[in-house]
Amino acid sequence: MANAKQMQVSDEVAISIHSMNKWYGTFHVLRDIDLTVHRGERIVICGPSGSGKSTLIRCINALEEHQKGSIEVDGTLLSSDLKNIDKIRSEVGMCFQHFNLFPHLTILENLTLAPIWVRKTPKKEAEATAMHFLEKVKIPEQALKYPGQLSGGQQQRVAIARSLCMKPRIMLFDEPTSALDPEMIKEVLDTMIELAEEGMTMLCVTHEMGFARQVANRVIFMDEGQIVEQNEPEEFFNNPKSPRTKLFLSQILGH
Amino acid sequence: MSDTHAESVAFVRETSIPPSAPPTAASGWVLWLRTNLFATPINGALTLIVLYFLYYVVSSTLPWILNGVWSAESLSGCREALQGTSGACFSVLTERWNQLLFGFSYPSDAYWRPSLAFALLFLAAAPVLFFDLPRKLLLFTALYPFITYWLIWGGTILVPIIALLGCVAGYMVYARYVKDNFSIAFFGGIVIAAVVWYVGGQMIPEGASETAMLEAVPSRNLGGFMLNMMLGVTCVSLSIPIGILLALGRQSSLPVVKWICVVFIEFIRGVPLITLLFVASVMLAYLFPPDATVDLFLRVVIMITMFSAAYIAEVIRGGLAALPKGQYEAGDSLGLDYAQSMRLIILPQALKISIPGIVNIAVGLFKDTTLVSVISLFDIVGMIRGPILASTDWSGVYWELFMFASVLFFVVCYGISQYSQWLERRLATDHR
Repeated sequence: MANAKQMQVSDEVAISIHSMNKWYGTFHVLRDIDLTVHRGERIVICGPSGSGKSTLIRCINALEEHQKGSIEVDGTLLSSDLKNIDKIRSEVGMCFQHFNLFPHLTILENLTLAPIWVRKTPKKEAEATAMHFLEKVKIPEQALKYPGQLSGGQQQRVAIARSLCMKPRIMLFDEPTSALDPEMIKEVLDTMIELAEEGMTMLCVTHEMGFARQVANRVIFMDEGQIVEQNEPEEFFNNPKSPRTKLFLSQILGH
Repeated sequence: MSDTHAESVAFVRETSIPPSAPPTAASGWVLWLRTNLFATPINGALTLIVLYFLYYVVSSTLPWILNGVWSAESLSGCREALQGTSGACFSVLTERWNQLLFGFSYPSDAYWRPSLAFALLFLAAAPVLFFDLPRKLLLFTALYPFITYWLIWGGTILVPIIALLGCVAGYMVYARYVKDNFSIAFFGGIVIAAVVWYVGGQMIPEGASETAMLEAVPSRNLGGFMLNMMLGVTCVSLSIPIGILLALGRQSSLPVVKWICVVFIEFIRGVPLITLLFVASVMLAYLFPPDATVDLFLRVVIMITMFSAAYIAEVIRGGLAALPKGQYEAGDSLGLDYAQSMRLIILPQALKISIPGIVNIAVGLFKDTTLVSVISLFDIVGMIRGPILASTDWSGVYWELFMFASVLFFVVCYGISQYSQWLERRLATDHR
């Protein structure tokens, strides 16, 4: 297996977040987040629950609104302008913890929906692309089934393929393996590793530390809405600096 | 036990047990009787009581029905034929058949027109109800309202043609712009259609209806079960799309849209339908300009549609609320805009959840069309209560007439209910 970590990261900036703040009512969820993601970077975000890591990546494609600071994705500034938001969303793919496939559509229709309606791709072409990505996630034979007939791992791979059909330049993963049985986690992680090896810019919220070691070139630790520590995976796991990180790592790696 | 090592403590299965058929269930009608009807003494006693009750009902009504008289001229004719025995007087149905179906002032040489429209209704509804049929049939469905209007009301064919042209023009504008911007397409379509209708309306020559191919029939001459069907079909098919728009409007993040929808829904739901119908028959005239003669049929349609649309909107709102938030987010994250994610993702699922509720309202609405008899429209109930029971020939024949009306309504409502159950099974793709 080619090592994803040796892949070149370009100097081109994919996402730049500058002193971004977000509140839920009076609760300060994200505090002064500064983050620059270069093209081709693979970032794993971890932290205790409620630390704002999901909220952070959901702000990047405006599923959550931020109240202060700026987010720039591929040179497009994220503002309340709907045109910009739709543009960014069609460039940024996202995978959810609960897959969120459309249960009333077949797998193939799930995959071709956005290309046909957002990208105005002809149906035939969209279907060819969809089959290409289904083969890539290794379930082309499921194309005509409905999501409810697939296992969790297969559904998550379909969800990844659905995002890829839009040819995104950045992929966001929001705890993609947390709702899966242990046996199915690997098949999803393998798909994600393959994606990383192709040079996709990825931001993953995950607790799969093996995945982080193998694929990430940066690990970010968040707590109480702030970025507490970020480092290369080897340094991060072997030599954590902040006491909060040490405690967290001892808790999830301890057993 | 050839597949286990009985001598060892640790157990390793070397061959897997092949799947076998489930045990055949114990069957036979005696067993069925014992489990379902006579399981316990109380159960058995209840069964016997119910059986006796059924026997009592059937034994007293069946002779009455079977002994019915079908060919007498009047109620006294029936009594003569029965000679004191118990029997129904179904002659009123054969004698007043056309009145029950078409009302008493629809021209009798034109009965074929609503009959044909009724037959065509099945053809028009089929592709909407059964989406496995070829989609090209929808073209006929689109033409159906105009054909039916012309068949039932007659008069100059220019009216439905101009109405159709307006719709086609509006649709063309909509189809041209819908991929770029839904709201421009939607409102642009409405404006263009309105312009065509206005200009076309000016061009219809004065008195064109007198020389028309089909004799013109004014709305006040419509009646009988035909009127119930017309009101039912029109109001159901109008109130579902309006209900959807109201439900979406109520969820809108635009405060003005939201409050208009909330006020409308809450107001309509707080008012009895009969009041709205009186408003339609008496008071609505004040709201229109004095020289506008808005047809009573149209006014009633507007009121019933508003009424059921408000209820349908609430049912659909329930369906929208039942969808997980993730479905909205998935649509958003793929870059679909509001109209697209509603049309392609949210509504298909929300409507599926809402089917039982919508059907409930549709059935209720169809039966409520009999309320128009209160504002002196002669629908089937109006016909029975008015001209038929008031006539000296048939005064007093309550059972047979109202039974007939019930049967007609039951057939239609039961059909709708069966269809909806089929639809729910057909749409079940989530395999939960």
